[in-house]
Amino acid sequence: MKIAITSTGNTPESKLDSRFGRCSYFVIYDTELKSTEYIPNPNKESLEGAGIASAKFVASRGVEKVVSGEFGFKVKELFDSLKIELIIIKEENKPVTDIIGLLNKNL
Amino acid sequence: MIVAIASGKGGTGKTFVSTNLFYVLAKKGKNVTLADCDAEEPNSVAFFDCVKLSAKDVVQKIPVIDQNACTYCGKCEEYCTYNAIFLLKERRIIRVMEDLCHDCGACSYACNFGAITEKDISLGEVARYKLSSELLSGADSSTGTCSVLIEGRLRVGAYTPVPVIKAAIREAGIEGIVILDSPPGTSCPFIHTVSSADYVVLVTEPTPFGLNDLKISVAILRQLKKPFSVIVNRGGLGNREVYDYLTTENIRLILEIPFDREIARIYSEGGIVAEKREDLEKKFEKMAELILNQCK
Repeated sequence: MKIAITSTGNTPESKLDSRFGRCSYFVIYDTELKSTEYIPNPNKESLEGAGIASAKFVASRGVEKVVSGEFGFKVKELFDSLKIELIIIKEENKPVTDIIGLLNKNL
Repeated sequence: MIVAIASGKGGTGKTFVSTNLFYVLAKKGKNVTLADCDAEEPNSVAFFDCVKLSAKDVVQKIPVIDQNACTYCGKCEEYCTYNAIFLLKERRIIRVMEDLCHDCGACSYACNFGAITEKDISLGEVARYKLSSELLSGADSSTGTCSVLIEGRLRVGAYTPVPVIKAAIREAGIEGIVILDSPPGTSCPFIHTVSSADYVVLVTEPTPFGLNDLKISVAILRQLKKPFSVIVNRGGLGNREVYDYLTTENIRLILEIPFDREIARIYSEGGIVAEKREDLEKKFEKMAELILNQCK
């Protein structure tokens, strides 16, 4: 299963980005391959609809779960209809590597 | 002639100036219309006893996609600047995000398969009011003029106020003197309002926030080549930087309203300060004259 995590940078030590649509990077973690891919968010500076464009960005990569600090209501509704699970982490400054650890523990 | 009362920073006193300017002009029997273009939170009407004469629904078109005719080619999504079309080709999912649609029609144009039709959705309402007060209604049988209030009101949850603002300005027409109580900020709602005006009055306050947004507004008005002048509200607060800026930039200060608790009290009770305070009535009359002369 693939999981997207919003990140402020492109290393395992980078912190979780609390925003979904305009996060700096998407980390795509594959739970079977244990692989991580860091992709810069092309919608970071989008004038409008960054959330929707980012939802398309991660959904088209086949993710089944998305981890971020916050999701807007338009995006929530959309992810619900796509049966993609949202995980909200309220602890700022949590490194991506810790989040991956938690995800592995809960599988 | 159309005069926009605008600011940049919110809460500087646009509605305060607009309603008082409207009051002094209406009292003088001028053919004057006040259009509240702050469609996200209109309140000019609250300052007058008035009767609603009519209301019109403001609608926009949004696309409806026929899933059977759609080939999921992605051309409509590509044409949409606003991310209002969500497409997952592989899963054959296409959705219109209605809140993001700007009614530009590009998707309908893009579709080669006749899969897109359009439907109307309500964005808000434009209402026309007549003043109840005989003193102000200007019901002059010889000229047939009367003072009118127009209000643009956005539906809660609607994505953009711009079509409602445009409809309010259209409804206000061009007869006599039209005052546009502009929305705050310096983005599309502000730009669409001031673009329609022959003259713009920027209301600011002598604070760093007031100055910052004044500079942005001035840059936009200069680019739009609109004649304008400035009102400093709550004079005595903050510092002299706004005044220094006006001098350096050679911008005319047409009115200064002092920071005065009584003015704030009258305004917050829904009163017209020019009606209750002769000194301010004189100030607004003088300002009205200056503005009208500028536009000749």
